[in-house]
Parts: sequence; C-alpha cells; structure tokens
Amino acid sequence: MSTNAYALRDSTTMLRRYLLRARRYPLIGFLIGIPVIMLLLFVYVFGGTLGDGIAAGGGRAAYANYVTPGILLLAIASAPQLTSIGVAQDMAEGIIARFRTMAIFRPAVLTGHVLGNLVQLVVALAVVIGVAVLVGFRPNATPVEWLAAAGLLTLVSFAVTWFGVACGLTARTVESASNLPMPLILLPFLGSGFVPTDSMPGAVSWAAEYQPFTPVMETLRGLLLGTGIGDSAWLAVAWSAAITVFCYLWAKRRFNRDGVA
Amino acid sequence: MPTPSNAIEVTGLRKAYGDKTVLDGIDLHVPAGTIFSLLGPNGAGKTTAVNIMSTLLRPDAGRIRIAGHDPATHADDVRAAIGLTGQFSAVDNFLTGGENMALMADLNHLDRREGRRRVADLLERFDLTEAAGKHATTYSGGMRRRLDLAMTLVGNPRVVFLDEPTTGLDPRSRRTMWDSIRTLVADGVTIFLTTQYLEEADQLADRVALLDHGRIIAEGTPAELKRLIPGGHIRLRFAGLAELESASRVFGASTRDDDALTLQVPSDGGVRSLREVLDRLDGAAVEIAELTVHTPDLDDVFLTLTGRPDTAILEGANNR
Repeated sequence: MSTNAYALRDSTTMLRRYLLRARRYPLIGFLIGIPVIMLLLFVYVFGGTLGDGIAAGGGRAAYANYVTPGILLLAIASAPQLTSIGVAQDMAEGIIARFRTMAIFRPAVLTGHVLGNLVQLVVALAVVIGVAVLVGFRPNATPVEWLAAAGLLTLVSFAVTWFGVACGLTARTVESASNLPMPLILLPFLGSGFVPTDSMPGAVSWAAEYQPFTPVMETLRGLLLGTGIGDSAWLAVAWSAAITVFCYLWAKRRFNRDGVA
Repeated sequence: MPTPSNAIEVTGLRKAYGDKTVLDGIDLHVPAGTIFSLLGPNGAGKTTAVNIMSTLLRPDAGRIRIAGHDPATHADDVRAAIGLTGQFSAVDNFLTGGENMALMADLNHLDRREGRRRVADLLERFDLTEAAGKHATTYSGGMRRRLDLAMTLVGNPRVVFLDEPTTGLDPRSRRTMWDSIRTLVADGVTIFLTTQYLEEADQLADRVALLDHGRIIAEGTPAELKRLIPGGHIRLRFAGLAELESASRVFGASTRDDDALTLQVPSDGGVRSLREVLDRLDGAAVEIAELTVHTPDLDDVFLTLTGRPDTAILEGANNR
C-alpha cells in the first residue's frame, strides 16, 4: 500500500493539529512585533538621513518606500528561527514516535508545521504592510502587481519555512535549533534591504548583489513601487524553488534517519 | 511468506550501535491472539526490539514478519496493522484528551461519523469521557497511560506493542491497565509486552522470554519459568539458638544462619505453603520472633539464570 494517496488529507490533519497547538503559544506576536519595531526604528530614527542618500532631498518619505521590502524580508528571515524551535520541541515529544508508526503520509507532521508557520507568516506580512502604509509607504501597484507581490512573498516564506524545519530536525537541542537559522537575519542587511548595494565596497557589494534575498527585494520594489525589475523576478523565483527543494530533501532525510521511510 | 498463525515472526534479529551490541541474534514467535512478554532489566534491549518491530528503527540483520509483512519492504502495511504505546507517553500535551483522540481518528482515515463513534466508545471504555475536554498535561500518570492506549486502539490494530506500559504507575492504576490489556486479547488482538516486572508478565502473558544483554536466555510459560527459580522462601527469625535448633530439626533441608538466628525455608510464597510452615512450627511448639515471605522476582530469575544479580547489568543501562 502507498500512503502518498493521503498526502493532502494527512497534511491538512497535521495543519489542524499545529493550529490547535498554536492557540496556546501563538508566534504571530513575534512575527509582527520584531519587523514593526525595526520599521519604526529605520523610518523615524535613520530615515531622514538615509532617505537623502536614496534620492537627493528624498528624506524620510523616500526611505519609507525604500525600506519596506527590506523590512518584509526581515520578517521572513526571522520566521525560520521560530519554526526551527517549534519543530525541535515537537520532535522531542513521544507523540512523534506514534506518528512514525502509523500508516500516514510520512512527511505530514512536517508539512503541518510548514503550513501552520506559513499561514502565520503571511498574516504577519499583511499586518506589517499595513503598518508600513501608516508610516509613509506609498505603493503604486496595480491589483495584478499586488497579486504577484503576494505570490512572491508566499513563495519565499514557504522556502524559509522549510529551511526552519530542516534546522529544527538537524539540531540536537532546542537551544541550537534556535541558533541555527539565525544568520538568515543578516541577509536583508547584507543585501539591498536597507541601502542600495552599489553604495557598498567591492566584495561586499558583489556578495550583496548575488545573495538570494536581493532579487526578491528588487522584484518587490519593482512590483510595488515601479522601479526596474530586470532579471530579478526569475532569479527570485528560482532561488525560492531551489531553497524549497533543497530544504525539503534535507528535512526528509533527517526525519527518516533512523527508521524505515 | 507470511506465517498466518504467528502474528510476530522474528529470527536472528541483530542491532548494534557502533561496537555496542544491543540485540545479539534474537528469535521471537508469537501466535496471533496471545500475549507475549519480553522481560528484562533496563538496558537489556527490550525497547530496541520493539522499535525495530514497529518500524521505528532499522535492524542490522534478521528476518522479521509482523502480521505477515516485512517492515523493511512493506513498512506501511506493518504500520497499518500495528499500534504502539511506548515507554514515554505518546500523547500531544498541547491538546485535550478528546482532541488527541480525534487526531488519531483523522490519521486513521476514518470517516467523520465512524471516527466520532469510535472515539466516544474508547473514551468511555477507558473512563476518560469526563476528562476529554481537559488538556493532557493536567492528567495523572494513570490517565495519561489510559489515553495513550486508547489512542493506539483508535486504528483497530491487530498487533499491539506495549513498551513497559505500567512503569511508574501506582498499584491501582497498574491493575486498571492490566484489565484493559486482558480485554484487548479477548477481542483477538495480539499483544507484545515488555516489562521489568515478573509479576506483570506472570499476570498477563501466555509466554515469556527473558532478555539479557541482547540475548534471550530463557523462554516459556510463566509457570515453566518460575520452576527454574528456586528463589522463593520463607525467612524465620528466632529469639534464641534453642528455638533455631528445634526449627532446623523440623524442616531439615533449609538455609540456617546462626549469627542472625534465621532459617530460610523454601516456599512458593503461597498461603498454603505458609500455613504448612506455621502448622509444623506449632506442632513442634517452636515460637518465632519474626516471619517474612520472599517471593521469586526478577532478581531471582537473573541470579539463577546468569549467576549474577540484576544490578550488575546496570553498568550497561546507559547504552541503549
């Protein structure tokens, strides 16, 4: 018999399990809180000066536009830490052994975590965009562009959530599960999230240009604010797909390491 | 080829972690609809054996058939036939008892009505209906084990693995658990039970195998095994040497300790043998200062069969 036929049904069941558990420890507070604080910090503290560097005399208003995609990616980059902790904690529980001995779609417990985290992250991103509009973010996107931006944000969120799951399965303790995905938070800074990459010195600029988050941020700017997109769109999609596939296989391998798949 | 009469067929099962051998070629044959108990101290390899048979762990060598299926090639067929209640509670602590049960109904792909009916039945049967709305973290040890077993049964398993199901339970909860296990067999389920308690194996099992250092050192019915153990005795203490002397004449073959003023008389620990000892002492008008009954236990089994006490195995207990 094959349990693949139950992929959707078991994943939905595990998503329901995740959401029931999340009622007691909702992560959405962290997912919204951290990026909103950073947004306020960058717009109201650094924004006046940084905005002038983005566009001559642009000031705070120009910077609110520029930094919002960076803040959204910061929210996305901080999410896998929570996913990783959640997965590591769950794996330490006896019920996982029960799931492993049931005739269910094997990765279902993982897809439950992924979908649950994804739902929370997407809601958090919507709230952060709302706050950004309140502090001066002025997108000029058409509905189709909004839809494309939402699709891209979801795709990237999906990829980093699988990264978080793989980290949670790789870590030996909950503490290391919390630390493993942490470097991801640097990516929006070491990219075009907060200042343009061409303002950086040679090697840093090169690294910032070619890391996965930069094309995502450039595509978001293009879609929401009408700047040039160029190669960024397909690069962003390709990076997301590659990270998803790699992390899915990595997570699956870790999940099956002792037993029969 | 599946052996229809045996629910569990294991031959030559081996598992090692590095150079530490945990299972050193064990054979197990469990007829369908019976209770088989694997008895052994901590670190003997009981949990490893259960984990391999329940598809959690890959063996290094050996032929295994669970309900006729090979876990190595048909893991999902094995999984569809088995249920596992492990040593560590396999309950979701963030959910209520009822939510845990509903989760099992969904994962067993029961349709909604059938699932609800089965969950309600099992909650009732395990006396958990009232607690169903409470979070599993608030449950007592006995309630958690009952919920654990009830969750295992949602899928109607034909073979149930119970890994030390009563370890850490108080005597009353232990008896409730035993009753539940007996009911299961009455329904035709095959049970593979691991335990550290001889009494538990004695109470429940049709056949018992003794596992020590990854090898089966004895196998048989509880009665057969107990015949191997000479450990049961009644220990009598006397006020003085004169009494000890007279008692020792009454019983003949017995172990005498002049310093402690004690005499050990072989016995199965039963009331009949106790009464017989007292009658014989009365007949000879010998007064006793103290009497203790020592029933055969796991220590005696291991002392008899391995020539060393159970505690000598503790050094290996850290390596599972």
